[in-house]
Order: sequence, then structure tokens, then C-alpha cells
Amino acid sequence: MNIFDLQDKYKEREFSVVEIVSDYLKRIKEVDNRIKAFVTVDELGAIERAKELDKVDRIDFDKMPLYGVPIAIKDNFSTKDLKTTASAKILEDYRPVFDSTVVERLKKAGAVILGKTNMDAWAHGSSTETSDFFTTRNPWDLSRLPGGSSGGSAAAVAAKMCMASIGSETAGSIRQPASWCGVVGTKPTYGRVSRYGVVAMASSTDSPGPITNNIIDSTLILRVIAGKDNHDSTCSALEVEDYMKGLEDGVEGMKIGVIKEYFLEDMNEEIKEKVKKAIEVFEKAGAQIVEVELMDPKYAVAVYTIVQRSEVSSNLARYDGVRYGKGRKYFGSEAKRRIMIGTHVLSSGYYDQYYLKAQKVRRLIIDDFRRVFEKVDLLLAPTTPCCALKVGSTADQPMFGEMMDILVEASSLAGLPGISMNCGFSKEGLPIGLQIMADQFEEDKCLQAGKFYENERNIVSLEPDL
Amino acid sequence: MKLTKEEVKHIAKLAELDLTDKEIDKYQQELSEILEYVKILDEVDTKNVKPISQVTGFSNIVRADEVGKSFTNKEALKNAKRTKDGYFEVEQVI
Amino acid sequence: MNKYKVIIGFEIHIELSTRSKMFCSCDAWHFQVKPNTKTCPTCLGLPGGLPVANEEAIKMCVKMGLALGCSINKFSKFDRKNYFYPDLAKGYQISQYDLPFCYQGEMEVDGKKIGITRVHLEEDTAKMIHDRDGSGSLVDFNRSGVALMEVVTEPDIDGTSLATTFLKKLQNMVRYLGLSDCDMEKGRMRCEPNISLSCDGKLPDYKVEIKNVNSFRYVKKAIEYEIERQSKILEKGEVPAQETRGFDEKKQVTFSQRLKEEANDYRYFPEPDIPPIEFSDKEIEEIRKEMEELPDKRMERYKKDYGVDEANGLILIENRELGEFFERVVRELVIRGVGKEDFMKVAKIVVNRKVGKDDPEAVDNIEKIVKGLGELIDEDESVRVVDEVFLENEKAVNDLKRGKENAVMFLMGQVMKKTKGKVKPGEVILIIREKANG
Repeated sequence: MNIFDLQDKYKEREFSVVEIVSDYLKRIKEVDNRIKAFVTVDELGAIERAKELDKVDRIDFDKMPLYGVPIAIKDNFSTKDLKTTASAKILEDYRPVFDSTVVERLKKAGAVILGKTNMDAWAHGSSTETSDFFTTRNPWDLSRLPGGSSGGSAAAVAAKMCMASIGSETAGSIRQPASWCGVVGTKPTYGRVSRYGVVAMASSTDSPGPITNNIIDSTLILRVIAGKDNHDSTCSALEVEDYMKGLEDGVEGMKIGVIKEYFLEDMNEEIKEKVKKAIEVFEKAGAQIVEVELMDPKYAVAVYTIVQRSEVSSNLARYDGVRYGKGRKYFGSEAKRRIMIGTHVLSSGYYDQYYLKAQKVRRLIIDDFRRVFEKVDLLLAPTTPCCALKVGSTADQPMFGEMMDILVEASSLAGLPGISMNCGFSKEGLPIGLQIMADQFEEDKCLQAGKFYENERNIVSLEPDL
Repeated sequence: MKLTKEEVKHIAKLAELDLTDKEIDKYQQELSEILEYVKILDEVDTKNVKPISQVTGFSNIVRADEVGKSFTNKEALKNAKRTKDGYFEVEQVI
Repeated sequence: MNKYKVIIGFEIHIELSTRSKMFCSCDAWHFQVKPNTKTCPTCLGLPGGLPVANEEAIKMCVKMGLALGCSINKFSKFDRKNYFYPDLAKGYQISQYDLPFCYQGEMEVDGKKIGITRVHLEEDTAKMIHDRDGSGSLVDFNRSGVALMEVVTEPDIDGTSLATTFLKKLQNMVRYLGLSDCDMEKGRMRCEPNISLSCDGKLPDYKVEIKNVNSFRYVKKAIEYEIERQSKILEKGEVPAQETRGFDEKKQVTFSQRLKEEANDYRYFPEPDIPPIEFSDKEIEEIRKEMEELPDKRMERYKKDYGVDEANGLILIENRELGEFFERVVRELVIRGVGKEDFMKVAKIVVNRKVGKDDPEAVDNIEKIVKGLGELIDEDESVRVVDEVFLENEKAVNDLKRGKENAVMFLMGQVMKKTKGKVKPGEVILIIREKANG
């Protein structure tokens, strides 16, 4: 059931919003003690909102395109009067006095916010294991991680605890958990969706985006949250496309690049196999498959390590416990590590060899993609080098996140859009993700290709056994 | 590129982080590991390449000089642990 | 007396008079306002707050640069200056590092050229006050994020009198351009002198920065004290420490605050939340056109074209509205045949506020005075005269009561005859009508 289906049921008065929301809240009560996707469940707020929505006589779906849709929000998005922690001890008791722009738009569109989801503290991670509170489990295998940093959001969708969720990606934090949890994760172009009110991680790549069960839901939500925001100087004033138009146009005639360097040597063979199978589906439908070369992704990892941590070290300087939150001694070790590297590479005597060098290589990465996108419309690749890892895998691995995100860091540094969607399962029953990337502000192409693949893919429809 | 303990202490001071001796050892090891990895950037030729810090390609994003809404005093102080007479209170700074 | 040459440079921070703050739309006025009532996620440094640059502040900075003969950086950006202090909400200040809006200008003061290194924009910090009743400090973020313009000079100033003349001239310029009221007591203009002494005329290795000097008088005192203090140290064969010192107003001495040796590593890097600012030649020209004529030039013009003397000229310049009123009146009077020789009279009338600029009959009234018609009669006297005229001209009054408009002019004429024209026409007409309506 997608959002349209749900809204049809509302139209026909088959269900009330209160009933639907109650069902989801019940589901959360049933399974979340095992999955632990939620930091805060706002039962009262959600029911109250549902009641309000039920009172609406004639629902205008143009004005409220997300009417009655139960959504979970990653806990780094400010929600007015609702605890917002970024899964960090320092913000354990923080209650914002304002809504982030994304949340404001979702509320205005009629969505019902069920609660806030768990993440790696401060979004520093690709596992959700470095949350300062608890580890979220992968619904497909509770002994495994959901990925991160939007792990809670991805797990909540996969476990059907919400209809859709909102995540954020700095480099992989939407696509990677979506891949490990077998759901659709959409990372829009940097600057497409406002960052106002989102706890800042890396200011120059942070991109809020939807995590959903299917492409249509992603499309609908993106349309609502995207667009100019006067509070965010880096948010584009470019008009938001009607992403629904052309969604079903298929891929015939599209030029699709397959990145040679992204099929890593030490990558899980099953992933390579399933992704290649997916590519064949595109080819059969008339897309022209072209092999392309990009810079070795290991360089993007190094650039990202330096740039992201520099921005992080500065963005976390505001947490001094004076105006809100706890003091700096409550930072977890991952946060401390990132702050210190960032501080070091910006410091006097080191700036040129690290930060400046990284920003130069970043320009080369951007130019690299530009060159490739002159020849192709889209790029296809696996999303992650491996499937969901076991809980505990991140211990003693200071570069865990970066290595997990090796296939998404370059495109994130370039600010490009990308989606990840399920293209099969491993022998162990773990989801495998296919990522579709496009040029700046061409997320409509990603969604179009994604819809095509969703319609045509021949994979066994599975559901996590909970 | 191994960092010395002194360097780690210096970084911690700049970042306003209080580290225990054990932590200094730990981070000395981990930070050095990470810095070692990023050395691969030396392999990339960046002669004549200008650094980039804004991937949007925008410029001149400004706002008109107009006054908008502000928080009330109550809202501003809402999450502070120590307040007094409408102010935030901190340890005496000389 | 002194074998040492004093070398002074200034770092001047000016709070711009924009309506809203530098990077958010909170009201920028923070004087006598309840604490923490002008904040928002951005200037309070809340998680998720983001900066959006104030267009007017940028224009103001460029105007300042142009007035100081600076070059304008066609490509400019903001940078983060990272350090920790309770009054710094974000743990970094958004400022400008290597590409300030304006650079390499100069100002001529008393025949000497003072180099202007740069003019850039940044944001102000919160206000901290010592809690008298408690052990802590109190912080008010109303000032956090207010637009601050920083002017840095080359160390070209070689004495206290040049220093104060320079500051006064700069202050005038800023006021005149409408950028700030530069009220030093309110901290709207903060002057920090960097002082060192040289025995061979060359720039020495050290410099001492003095903070918290909030009047020109204190700047002079601080410099004098420093010259003495540093001389004594140099006499001993030592070098004064490179440091920041405060100024004690009561004792009129400077005192050590912190050693600048371990200079804070600010780890400047380009502000990722704000795209760069680019100017075209056309835009710079447009800003230049928007600028008011500078005080110097206006004084020249008053002297030359209007024959106004220095004393009255200064008043007309310092009070821009008065000056504009003066020029408006003169233009009008010229049409009425008043000659240049009488412009000084006009200036005096305006300066002494004999006729207010809000007077709707201002030009007429000034004309009368200038043409030697002397003092105009006041309202009470006008009423008395009208009463007389009414008594003497019953027919005309009746005509007026019956709606005949020319009766007004006739009665007016009678009043003019009686007073030899020393009345305010508009006032008289009102009185006549009021009386007619009873």
C-alpha cells in the first residue's frame, strides 16, 4: 500500500486517521522493543493530530498531499516541543522551541508524526551502533545492524512501524541504511531540501531526504519537503519539479553508466551478481548501458574524512552547555575523535596540507562526475560493499563509517542526488541495495529509473519476520 | 604520521575537550591511523587546481534588511540549565 | 623629549545601524531592551540555526570601503573564526579572513596619509555582565549577531593628536554615510589602538593592543600612558611584551589582560553555510552613486557656493537634515531674487533655528527676515490684528461668511497693511477662516 492507496481509503472513509495511526502505534509497541528504532514515540501528539485531521470535512489533497500519513523523523530534525536528541547524551533533554523547515512542511501537508528515530550520535556513523543511547537492530536479522546514521528511520520503515520516515545523508546516511534494510532511500541533491533546524553534521554535504517502502511515496514526500527556504542560504531557489510527471516514462533510450571502479575487488560476490542482474533489466528495456570510469573512490574517502571532520569540529563547538544541553564532557568517543581530527587538520601549520588539499581534490571529483554526466543520464552501482554486519562490528574501527560509505562518498561530496533500492537478497536473507545516481538537480531521473526498476524487477517480495 | 602526546593535548585544548590520560593514548593511536590513511591524497596531482568549498555554485544569496520574529525570553531560556533574571548564567569569567 | 617614535595602528569595530542583524532577521537594536528577547535559532546558536547575510550591511561595508579609497574584492566570502567563549553562541564567529570586502585604502588626515588595510564584516558577540549578587556572569544574546564592520589601519599614526583627529574624522564619515551613530559610550564604535615604540623609525617586533577604550579622551590617555610605560621598559634594555591590555578609566592606566604569545589558533576556513559574494563593476558603481557626498566635500561646497563660514558650516554638516533644509531654502530663495550675499544670513537663521525646518511656511518666513522685514509677529498678535480688521471691515466679513472666497484675500490684504507684511500668511488665513466660521 502506498500513500495514494492510503489516501483513497481515507477518501472512502474506510479508515479514519486515528485508526491508522493507532494501528502503527500498536505495531511499534509490538516490535520496537526488539528493534529499538525509536528514541521517542509521541503517542499523545500523534493521536491528537490524527483527531484534528479526521475533523476535516472535505480533504483537499492538493493542499495536504500527505494527509494522514504516519511518518517517523530522524532525531536530528528539530521538532517543536518534542525531544530532539540526535541520539546524543548532550541533547538528552533538549526540547526545541521551533520546527525544522522539513518538519514544518510535513506537518502543513497533513502528515502525522509518530516519533523520533534512533541514529548514530550526531550522525557520526554508518551503523547506528554509535548512538549514545542504544543500538537499533536490523529487522531482517536482529543480530545485525541496520546501517546508519539514519538506521532507526530505515528500520522503522522496514519493520512497518511507520509508513515512511525522514533521514539525512552527509555521505551514505540515507542510502546505506536503506540498502541494509531493503527499503527505498532518497538522497536529494545538496541544496534541494532545507537544512534549517537539522543538527548540523557536515554543512557542505548534509541532505535531508525520505526513506520509504516504494518510489511513489519517496516522490510525494520529496515534493513536499523540497524547495526554497529563506532560512537556508544553501537551499536552492530552483523551482521544485513535479516529480510525479514522467515517473512512469521508463528508461528506453536512457544512457546508463556502470562504474567500473565501484565493483570493488573485496566486495561481496552476491552483491556484484544481484546488481549486475539489475543492470540487465535496464538493458532489456532499451536503456543503453555504458561502462564508465571514475576516480578511485578511495580518494573520496580521504577527502570526505578531512572535510567532514573539519566542519564537524566547528559545528559541534556550540555545545557548551550554556544555552541548552549538557557540557562537552558528555561527548561520546566517536564524536571526540571526529572533533579532534577536524580541529587538527584546520589548525595552523596543517591547514594547507590537509584541508586545502582535500578541497582541491574535491574539485577534481566534481569535475570527474561532470565529465561522466555529459555522456550518461544516470549511474548505476551497488550501494554498499557488503550486507548488514553483525552488532559489534564497529568496535575498534575508527574508519568504519568511511569504509562502509566508500561507494557513496564521492557523489555526496559533489552534492549529487542518488537513491538506493532493493535489488535482491543474499543467501542469508539480507537485503542488497542498488543505487541510482544522477547529475545535480536531476533527482527526477533517479526516481523515474527507480520506478521503472520497481515495476520490472523480478525479486521475491519478502518481509522481515518479526 | 604519528601524533605526539603533546600534539594530542594541544588539539584537545583547542577543541575544549577534557581528556583523561587513557583517552590521550587511545586517541593518539586512532588519530594517527586516520591521518595515515588520508595521506593517499598526496598521490593526486592538484597543481593549478583551485579549492572548492561551495558545491551549489550559488553566489550572492542575501536577504533584505527587514526585521522578523524573535523568540520570547521564555523560549530563549527554555532549555538552559542555569538562568537568572532573564539572563543565561555561567561561571564567573574574569 | 622622547627619543622613541610612537607607532600606532587602529582596529575599529563599528556596529552598523541596520534594522536587522547580520545573519538573521532579529531586531538589531539592543539598548535598554529586556535581555534575551531578540534572539532566534541562528543568533542564539541553537542546533540547526543557519545564517543568511544582510544585504544592506554588505552595501554599507562597501560604501565605507569606497569612502576610504579602498579596492573592492570582486569575489569575497565569509569565514569561520573558531574559538570558545560563553558570549560566542556558535563557538565560532562568522567573519572574513583572506578575502575581505574592502582592502588597501587610505585617508588623509592633517596632510598625512593613513593607510587603511581592510574593511570587513563580521557578527557581534553577546553581552556579558558580572553578576553583583552572585558568583557567576550573566549573558544576554540580544547583541549576538548584530552586524559589525571592522576597519583596520596600517601603523601610520605617529602621535596622539593625529590619532584622535583620525578617529574623529572616521566617525564623522561613518555618521555622514548613515552607517552608524558611532556612539562610543554605547559601544557602537570601539577603538583599539595598537601601540609600539621604535627608536630607529622601523616597525618593531612587538605591539601592544589596548582594549576597552570608549572615548577619544581615553584613547589619548591610553596612548600617553603606553608611551611612558613602554619607554621605561625600553630604557632598561628590554622589549615590552606583545600583549593585550585593558584600560582602567578610574586610574587612567593600562593593565595586562592576556599574553598574545600563545595567540589563539582560530582555524579559519570558508563558511560553508554562506555562498560567496560577487560584485560586478556595475554594482559597485551603483553603490557608489547611492553614497552621500562626504563631509569634506560638502564643507568645500558650502564655503564656495554659499559663502558659509566654518562654524556654521560644521553645524549644517553634522546635522544632515538641517543641511539639506538649508540647501532647499537657498534654492527657493534664489528664485525669489535673494542674492548670494544674503546666504550667510540664511545659514544663521537655519542654524539658530529661528525658523524651524518643519514650518510649512519656512521659506516665506526666512525670506521676510532676510529681506529686512525683521521679526514676524507671533500668533497672539496676529489674532489681535485680525480682530481689528474684522471690526473695521464688516462688509467683507459678511461676504466671507456667505462664502465669497475673495473676501479672504481682501481681509488678508488689510492685515498685511496693518502689520507691514510681518505676518505668516498661512497662519493668518487660518485665523481668518476660524473667526468667520465662529
